[in-house]
Amino acid sequence: MDAEITLTVDGQRRTVTVDTRTTLLDALRERLGVTNPKKGCDHGQCGSCTVLLDGRRHLTCLALAVAHDGAEVTTAGGLSGPDGALHPVQQAFLEHDGCQCGYCTPGQVCSAVGVLDEIRQGHASHVSEDLEAEPGLTDEEVRERMSGNLCRCGAYAGILAAVKQAGEQAGEQAGQEGAA
Amino acid sequence: MTANEVTPTPIAPRSIGTSLLRRDGVEKVTGEATYAVEHPVTGPDGQPPLHAWLVTSTVARGRVVTVDATAALAHPGVVSVIDHTNAPRLADTSDAELAILQDDAIAFRGQIVAVVLAGTSESAREGAALVRVEQEAEPHEAVFDEDSPTYAPEQVNGGSETDTLDGDPDEALARALVTVDATYTTPHEFNSPMEPHAATALWDGERLTLHDSTQGPRPVRGTLGPMLGLAEEQVRVLAPYVGGGFGSKGLPHAPEVAVALAAMTVPGQPVRLAVTRQQMFALTGYRTATRSHVRFGAHPDGRIEALRHDTVSQTSRIKEFAEQAAVPARVMYAAPHRATTHRVAELDVAVPSWMRAPGEMPGMFAHEVAMDELALHTGLDPVELRVRNEPEVDPDTGNPWGNRRLVECLRSGAERFGWAERPTGPRATVDGEWWVGTGVAASTYPMLWMPGNVARVRSLDGGRYGVAIAATDIGTGARTVLTQIAADALACPPDAIDLDMADSDLPFGSVAGGSSGTTSWGTAIVAAAQQFRADHGDHPDPGVETTAASGQYAAMDGHALHSFGAVFCEARVHRYTGEVRVPRLLGVYSVGRVVNPRTARSQLLGGLVMGLSAALFEDGWRDPRTGHTVTQDLATYHVAAHADVKEIDAHWLDDVDELSTPMGSRGIGEIGIVGTAAAVANATYHATGVRVRGLPLTADHFLE
Ligand code: FES
Ligand code: FES
Repeated sequence: MDAEITLTVDGQRRTVTVDTRTTLLDALRERLGVTNPKKGCDHGQCGSCTVLLDGRRHLTCLALAVAHDGAEVTTAGGLSGPDGALHPVQQAFLEHDGCQCGYCTPGQVCSAVGVLDEIRQGHASHVSEDLEAEPGLTDEEVRERMSGNLCRCGAYAGILAAVKQAGEQAGEQAGQEGAA
Repeated sequence: MTANEVTPTPIAPRSIGTSLLRRDGVEKVTGEATYAVEHPVTGPDGQPPLHAWLVTSTVARGRVVTVDATAALAHPGVVSVIDHTNAPRLADTSDAELAILQDDAIAFRGQIVAVVLAGTSESAREGAALVRVEQEAEPHEAVFDEDSPTYAPEQVNGGSETDTLDGDPDEALARALVTVDATYTTPHEFNSPMEPHAATALWDGERLTLHDSTQGPRPVRGTLGPMLGLAEEQVRVLAPYVGGGFGSKGLPHAPEVAVALAAMTVPGQPVRLAVTRQQMFALTGYRTATRSHVRFGAHPDGRIEALRHDTVSQTSRIKEFAEQAAVPARVMYAAPHRATTHRVAELDVAVPSWMRAPGEMPGMFAHEVAMDELALHTGLDPVELRVRNEPEVDPDTGNPWGNRRLVECLRSGAERFGWAERPTGPRATVDGEWWVGTGVAASTYPMLWMPGNVARVRSLDGGRYGVAIAATDIGTGARTVLTQIAADALACPPDAIDLDMADSDLPFGSVAGGSSGTTSWGTAIVAAAQQFRADHGDHPDPGVETTAASGQYAAMDGHALHSFGAVFCEARVHRYTGEVRVPRLLGVYSVGRVVNPRTARSQLLGGLVMGLSAALFEDGWRDPRTGHTVTQDLATYHVAAHADVKEIDAHWLDDVDELSTPMGSRGIGEIGIVGTAAAVANATYHATGVRVRGLPLTADHFLE
């Protein structure tokens, strides 16, 4: 059975006909030709398909497209500016070589943006000692929160450095703005 | 036309040795890099791609009686179902792994028995579920254990000898004062690159174009062409981005044949095939389980007098693959009496193949845990024991070493790691609920150079150069380092190089495997660049070009060319749950000159992470009834996740190896995984006093 849905993908409103069996990931990749999110397992086990869905990181292989009519989707492609300027997280991944084959990378990047936002908002994680306190941008916290994104190339050390750098930059910026 | 063979001379490093940013990094961090089923391929009249879905066997051995496609064909969107009765015929069926859909024989569970083509992936998947395959089971043998009958293969993977014998090891073992005699096992391991095997194929009636996820476009073309009854030039294979491979994409596997056959049934219409994560566990190769019986006979001062490494692994009845796990024992340590043997058990199972450092990875796990046991028996420090057994020449060939610096790797690693502070005995350190220990293991990988590589250099406008070779970058950084090599060979900045690669229409490039890529392609690029300068001078007119085939630069005849390394590990084992954690992992390597420190570090760390993953988690469980891999996804076949990797570091010695390549480098893709699991196992022994001789190091081993 087919259904028509509208998604805002990386800032563009797109109307697309999907099968009711179509996942959000396949709607993006196969119906809209948006291949920035990758398919590593199709079972919610690897994180390659991560996008920001209405602002939060989300696995698109575990989401049915028809259930997200009207949603706003930001892929790694939509994080960079219209002039092609990289998002600070992407820039940090580049500098720290947080990718090798690049297949897990768009998902890692989207996840990292989500993680930094969750830390900023004070969400606790499995390794947060005190559930009430503000979580820090520690190695331990970043590793734990990024563990839904597998990287078989083993680029974790670069990913950790990249996420922390981007987080620290954002923190400094927020600090400066707060002071101004 | 064959290109002239040119043997290059060493080049002066300018860009080489600098950390140029990954050339394709922006495409990767934005997701704009397009992988095998992401290319917007359409037919000549704009036809959109069809989606293919594989239907696989459920018996371990037998026949396909009927493939009933009625229900599948009635499903909306399904276009056709291809099975052995209607598939195009192959011209060459000698490779039984690849010769699919040609007859009714089933050789293992998970083998391709039909392909469904449909307009959408949803219809293709549902269509595949609706295909009824009646199968007749025949008696089979799918269990690999101590009782499996074995035979001696003619040679082992890589072309090495099956057995070697020097002196009289059995007699020497019998009179040795200190001995180690133990059996070490490694489980079935699966490459599991993040991009599943996939391809988009288009047959236009004349030519097959394959956007493939492969480590070798030219090898795929060279295999598929003759099989399909085509001239090689009629097959074009493109692989601009490959989402990892680690060996599984090194040789073509059955899905590539399936998509090619399917495309040939629908001329002018592209066909996309994405193998599912589950199907990969049967169809795209794996590292066979190994069982290694290692024996050392030593003097009380630690010098090894005799060693035996007898290893057994499994292979498939339809295609032999012999994991060369005893090969590293031939070069590691001095011992006048030595024997190595390889035997394989032939079973009705999926075909094993290459996985990162085939042979060296499982073999060195056995060898280096055995060395740890010998250190214990002789009362020597494990670093010192290895130093005492340093061979002056290659024990295997008697040739002088090109650049063996294992001892320096061990000493430098020990220093960085703080090895000296280690308590000598096991089970000496408790930190809260954790036993804490440290371990070391050596690492090695041969220098491999592939013949036949050809490169083309052309001058472009504005002082730029086009450099072309059918090499691939599967995440190694090849696109970046080959640019640097070309730049230095032409004495121009890297930004002046337009590198064209990953297309089988380009001059021959060998497979990205065996840590031979940069060595082999780089040597060819340097040869072509130097010949280009000889032909056209320093100020060439735009448009002139030179194509050259690489002569053998590497001084392999007469020298033993190998890389070495030392891995140090701190392990913590939970006293009550047995959980193993690795807070620190360090590798120090001697790999010749490092072309790009940034990408090289990633390669070495990636190897260490995969070795850690094998140490702690990876274990392919098979159903004894069918040989089916039960753990066929990433929720049950565990690989290291981010939180499993703590402090991890890789260093290398200042090195230039002018015997191996004109760049002074050697390969670095595999050495990081070698020895790592042994270092972890040795650290868990030091922590707990429990000696685990089989991977992975699961919690149950450490519970009393
Ligand atoms: S593809 Fe969605 S989690 Fe793996
Ligand atoms: S970069 Fe290859 S899987 Fe992460």
